[in-house]
Amino acid sequence: MPNLKDLKTRIASVKSTRKITKAMQMVAAAKLRRAQDAAEMARPYTERFNAVMAALASSVGDSDSAPKLLSGTGKEDVHLLVVLTAERGLCGGFNANIAKLAKQKARELKGQGKTVKILTVGKKGRDAMKRDYGDLFVGHIDLSDVKRIGYADAQGIAKDVLGRFDAGEFDVATIFFAEFVNVVSQIPTAQQIIPAAYEADEDASDSASTLYDYEPDEESILADLLPRGVATQIFAALLENGASEQGARMSAMDNATRNAGEMIDKLTIEYNRSRQAVITNELIEIISGAEAL
Amino acid sequence: MAETMQFDLVSPERSLMSAQVKSVQIPGADGDMTAMPNHAPLITTLRPGILTVETDKGTEEFVVTGGFAEMGEGLSVLAERAVPTKDVDQTTYETMVDEAHAAYQQTKETFQNEPGPVDDAAKLLADMVAVGGRIGLSPKQPNL
Repeated sequence: MPNLKDLKTRIASVKSTRKITKAMQMVAAAKLRRAQDAAEMARPYTERFNAVMAALASSVGDSDSAPKLLSGTGKEDVHLLVVLTAERGLCGGFNANIAKLAKQKARELKGQGKTVKILTVGKKGRDAMKRDYGDLFVGHIDLSDVKRIGYADAQGIAKDVLGRFDAGEFDVATIFFAEFVNVVSQIPTAQQIIPAAYEADEDASDSASTLYDYEPDEESILADLLPRGVATQIFAALLENGASEQGARMSAMDNATRNAGEMIDKLTIEYNRSRQAVITNELIEIISGAEAL
Repeated sequence: MAETMQFDLVSPERSLMSAQVKSVQIPGADGDMTAMPNHAPLITTLRPGILTVETDKGTEEFVVTGGFAEMGEGLSVLAERAVPTKDVDQTTYETMVDEAHAAYQQTKETFQNEPGPVDDAAKLLADMVAVGGRIGLSPKQPNL
């Protein structure tokens, strides 16, 4: 049986752990609200953008003059996987789940004989993928200095990706991120961004049939908008990721706090029992000593 | 009361304005245009310039750096970046010009023998510079 002093120090240390996890949970909750607001604010832009793109894409269609970003290069031999993860850990399975999905996809593509290239955004994703697929890395984008994700950050990533596309480094690009459902559930998601797949919403079918005038012509608008579309999608994904990360961290820290509480209870009972045992022991010694006289 | 239409001005980071308006002056890529209620459906790209919104309560102005506008039943302007004119000071403006200048330099390097894209970038830069004069700041002349 551990002695009383040991138990006491353990209880104290678990208590301070609980304080830390509790604080982290509260910080994550505050950040989550901010991240959710940011995601909320960006939604109108993304929705309208996609509606306009769907209208444009359907009017330009599959003609030969359609830009490569829309129609693809005609091959799909080389795939670029853009893995968006967090810069920090201690957020449950958040980073691991995204990395797992990306790894699974990489394995699948390799099985089909395709070439896979990986671009990581966020330190944790790079660490998680390095062991298995480190040789496929083509780059890494560090966002650890960024306090609050802005559109400019997404543009930076988009520029990197588009530069590689223009240089013919890959045919198909897919981004991996976690979609925020609620605090306890974040779904790792894969989304193809190049060639862009814009589909008209069902309720937008009325507006899609509207005949728009284009100024300048459709093709130059499309050429202008497609690169922006990539940035917009990456931005939306980054924001979802931000909210998911905080949500995951919040529930992970909530669990940790609860576990610490349980542990404290258990240790306290053990502490009280052994203290009682010591007292009983002393009493027995005194009584038997008195009887012996 | 004059006829009004729904107008939304959104940037990727937030929605700046959503209101019933009488008319909106848009800096279109091919020239300025004024959109009024019941305008024919149109999609146009924007150049850097000033977007003037006229509502019942008066006019509001925004500096936009690019993006596009969609006219359907209402008007939505999706700007890459939009700032209310009164919030633009000399430093913000100079940063915008510097960004346009950097983009121009980069285009110039990428397309060395194609005048097309370079001219376009130069035009964007010139537009950005001109915005300064329009909103009463001293225009910043970049070194070309």
